Amino acid sequence: MPVLSVERVSVTYRSKRGAVAALADVSVDVPSGEIVVALGASGCGKSTLLNVMAGFLKPTTGAVTVGGLPVTGPGTDRAVVFQDDALMPWLSAQDNVAFGLQMRGMGQAERRDAAREMLAQVGLEAFAGHAIHEMSGGMRQRVGLARALAVKPDFLLMDEPLGALDELTRERMQMLVLNLWQRSGKGIFLITHSIEEALFLATRLVLLSPRPGRIVQRYETGFARRFLAGEPVRAIKADPAFVAMREELSNAILAHEEEALAHVG
Amino acid sequence: MSADRGRSNALATLASLGAILALWWGVTASGLIAPLFLPGPSEVLLRLVDLARHGFVGASLLQHMAASLARVGLAMLFAVITAIPVGMAMGLYPRINAAIDPLIEFYRPVPPLAYLPLMVIWFGIGELTKILLIYLAIFAPLAIATASGVRRVDPGRIRAAQSLGANRDQIAWLVIFPSALPDILTGLRIALGVGWSTLVAAELVAATRGLGFMVQSASQMLVTDVVLAGIFVIALIALAIELVLRWVERRFAGWASAG
Ligand SMILES: Nc1ncnc2c1ncn2[C@@H]1O[C@H](COP(=O)(O)OP(=O)(O)OP(=O)(O)O)[C@@H](O)[C@H]1O
Ligand SMILES: [Mg+2]
Repeated sequence: MPVLSVERVSVTYRSKRGAVAALADVSVDVPSGEIVVALGASGCGKSTLLNVMAGFLKPTTGAVTVGGLPVTGPGTDRAVVFQDDALMPWLSAQDNVAFGLQMRGMGQAERRDAAREMLAQVGLEAFAGHAIHEMSGGMRQRVGLARALAVKPDFLLMDEPLGALDELTRERMQMLVLNLWQRSGKGIFLITHSIEEALFLATRLVLLSPRPGRIVQRYETGFARRFLAGEPVRAIKADPAFVAMREELSNAILAHEEEALAHVG
Repeated sequence: MSADRGRSNALATLASLGAILALWWGVTASGLIAPLFLPGPSEVLLRLVDLARHGFVGASLLQHMAASLARVGLAMLFAVITAIPVGMAMGLYPRINAAIDPLIEFYRPVPPLAYLPLMVIWFGIGELTKILLIYLAIFAPLAIATASGVRRVDPGRIRAAQSLGANRDQIAWLVIFPSALPDILTGLRIALGVGWSTLVAAELVAATRGLGFMVQSASQMLVTDVVLAGIFVIALIALAIELVLRWVERRFAGWASAG
């Protein structure tokens, strides 16, 4: 199984107001079958990192490879789920899910069946013909997820896919992501602001710190696998080990923030 | 909007139309204004029926309408085929925009009737001149609306399509074009309004058939009721075009206003 590797990547944005070092010497591996979660405060370069992995953005230095081969642009081996869904609002839910299949020239009947099946996997089989504007934020995110999975990518890149959802919907979506991950065995890279979400979803967790964006801590966590083994969500999130780690992460983020501020001051 | 408010809005429209009609009827029936200057509503209505039956200046009302509509229709067809791709290219490639935008902005603010004489010298007084004139009037707003619609496309949508394997052409016609369609249709609606009024004006100058020609001839013969009837038909057709295009907008770009 392939690995998506970010190797010593730096990104500097140049604008009229000068250069911004968004990422400095970041290396991270996303192997198949792992969920790597990037956690960090706003502006620490998480989206920049994902855009480099997706091939939307060329790193200033360093490289991204899949199975050892360099990434030169976007591709269906790395499907992306966006924070603001980025669906095609003139297409039905089903046609949105089938979009990637249409791009490769799959026949209409065949891709309709495939899209229906993906919609069923995210629990939206009854909404195939619905227009996007008739759906809630949570449903749209599930359509986005189904659209990404429909092209059978090796990797799934998700930029704060659950950021705009309410607490309950968000937890349900987290469980859905874990169940889909278990079924597909893909490598997932997921960005979040939420410490709890990071801990619950990750098998590996990287903590980013801003100015310049860099990885300051790496953790291996086992809560996602415990959930898939059958332990209830509530029990996991109330587990003293979970709570302790949440505290540790909060403190780490605060400490790095203070350090960064001291640096600037 | 509530049904209640919709109803009271319709009432306001009816009231103002009714007031105008009553005023019109009042000043003509009382003999305050001579029929030569302003014929009454019933005379105009009768004249309209007569126009439909017997025609005026050598053609029936339907033939005058058909002549005008055919000119607008052809011009619109050519404009849609050319202005939308040109606008797409302008929106997608800044260099193409830099080359074409000054040309469009140069001729767009000039009233079509100002360059009509030039076109008559170049292309004669036949159909070509009239269709070209209206084509030019439609082309500019349509190309500009298309280009600005293309520029407003959410870049996230393009990235999504790229990561789903779309190539350049697929992104242009399956992502950017539908994204810009609401702006394109609004542009077309405005352009056709401009085009219709340009056409009628053009027929005042050089034509043997058409609604503008009919009104012009009638005014020279001082047949005021035909002038008024012609103006009503021109206005009604403009309204019909507007309503059809609004329907097209709702049908094909309804998602944009549905939030
Ligand atoms: N196109 C750009 N041009 C210039 N600077 C940019 C650009 N995109 C991002 N930046 C800067 O790079 C830094 C990292 O941005 P990025 O969007 O990657 O952060 P993020 O971690 O995703 O933040 P958030 O959690 O708010 O989404 C920020 O300081 C931002 O201002
Ligand atoms: Mg971001």
